Amino acid sequence: MKVQGTVHKFGDHVDTDVIIPARYLNTQDHKELASHCMEDIDKDFIKKVKPGDIIAAGVNFGCGSSREHAPVAIKASGVSCVIAANFARIFYRNSINIGLAILECPAASAAIESGDEVAVDFDSGVITNISKNETYQAEPFPPFIKDIIEKGGLMASLKAGKAGA
Amino acid sequence: MGMTMTQKILAKHAGLESVRAGQLIQVKLDLVLGNDITTPVAINEFEAAGFNSVFDKSKIALVMDHFVPNKDIKAATQCKQCRTFARRFDIDNYFDVGDMGIEHALLPEKGLVGPGETVIGADSHTCTYGALGAFSTGGGSTDMAAAMASGELWFKVPSAIKVNLTGKLRPYVSGKDVILTLIGMIGVDGARYQSLEFTGPGVAELSIYDRLTISNMAIEAGGKNGIFPVDDITRAYVEGRVNRPWTAFEADPDAEYERTVEIDLSQVDCTVAYPHLPENAHPAKEGKEIAIDQIVIGSCTNGQLADMEAAAAILKGKHLAKGVRGIIIPATMSVYRECMRRGYTDIFMDAGCIVSTPTCGPCLGGYMGILAAGERCVSTTNRNFVGRMGHVDSEVYLASPAVAAASGIAGHICHPESL
Repeated sequence: MKVQGTVHKFGDHVDTDVIIPARYLNTQDHKELASHCMEDIDKDFIKKVKPGDIIAAGVNFGCGSSREHAPVAIKASGVSCVIAANFARIFYRNSINIGLAILECPAASAAIESGDEVAVDFDSGVITNISKNETYQAEPFPPFIKDIIEKGGLMASLKAGKAGA
Repeated sequence: MGMTMTQKILAKHAGLESVRAGQLIQVKLDLVLGNDITTPVAINEFEAAGFNSVFDKSKIALVMDHFVPNKDIKAATQCKQCRTFARRFDIDNYFDVGDMGIEHALLPEKGLVGPGETVIGADSHTCTYGALGAFSTGGGSTDMAAAMASGELWFKVPSAIKVNLTGKLRPYVSGKDVILTLIGMIGVDGARYQSLEFTGPGVAELSIYDRLTISNMAIEAGGKNGIFPVDDITRAYVEGRVNRPWTAFEADPDAEYERTVEIDLSQVDCTVAYPHLPENAHPAKEGKEIAIDQIVIGSCTNGQLADMEAAAAILKGKHLAKGVRGIIIPATMSVYRECMRRGYTDIFMDAGCIVSTPTCGPCLGGYMGILAAGERCVSTTNRNFVGRMGHVDSEVYLASPAVAAASGIAGHICHPESL
């Protein structure tokens, strides 16, 4: 799978409260959640984001609350992929489980800036910064995780047989 | 190579002789938890996947606590969905208005978590039960759905940081100050993907409530779990509550830790985490310049009877400073009732505070104490992120019940001994 889009860059420790504030957790509607995505860190994000765009961020992306509404809101906003130096563990699990594409890549996280046009090849883990004419190599997923992703998420994987086995 | 306490619990529940850090394993669960925000999403996933049964109706706990009593029609609809699901599968441990409490205070109180057990919760503060010597951690709603169906979940075996506790806490200093100090030392991602394993002679100096507060905030250092050894204090707490066999696991003497952090409890002072990260730890006595508008005392972090007692000791015979609003939320109905019996509710109300039914409400900016732009709150909750308790231009300062109460009286952040 390959995606390409314009980057929206954020800093370190982007928490799930700013990704989707708790005042909107009285709904599970994906579109409604998406309409408030990143609202408390960038109130214009939802106006700017286009289908296929990419979020890049620093360390510990998705820290804080376990709310799955956070990766859901990002995915439903049209974002094709989140690239970060690293992720908080519950956000990482949730993204794998619901099928939001994420990549850990400190080099890409450091170099990529807002507005860059970036392409991602998930099979090879190669991230290409078209604007800067640079490439970065992301960490590959362990086979166990890759299997969950390929089966279409945790529930599909569970239905298909033993989860992740 | 020996195993940490966490690794031994995980190995046992995975049916393995031993595990090593980084290994991906399938773990049998003793309890699956969800609340009124995360459970509806789990139910949707569970039903969409076509499951018609739960793995064990006695090993699922559904606690309506975040937006309960229902704050609006949407919240009411979510609770109704949980209630319907609980009835359909005859879930034994469904807690609603009248018998609910804040989940991480309620489950230990009800004896639903015992030492050596494994708990997954669709709530990040599920790590609280490490205080009882259990392995517990937060996951998402899809994790919860899969766990309700199968009773198992995948985990990466964590490496660990050993936190060696020595000495004895000084007056007014509590578990909250210890964990805020630790997060200040290692940062909000200092234990990312790792276990915090507390050990050393200082453990015996910490009450079960201090330990529950410390384990509760392991996630605020990025930790997978925060676990305490099982000792006489643990046994005294679980006796009469956990009415089934349980196991006390111990770390191997040659267990491998990524690093050791030393904390001398006698050197820990009352600590406040300034906005907007829990790692921004400052001494409470240096906060005189910071005027406040509200205090909140409660939450899964500090809503236990011991926390109410600490607040009452400070507020007795005093009154909040002019212009400060005080919101006190006992974490469970039994804590609430005991506050009434002991006269704490009178003390709180005489001091100008309100006493609410149990709810997570203000902690996550849900309701029951939302902040306007420019307002500041000293809160015994666990997160001070941007907009956490309301407007993006409001500020949350994390502290212990004693510091929050003292700050409410002073009208600014202060150390209780300076009153």
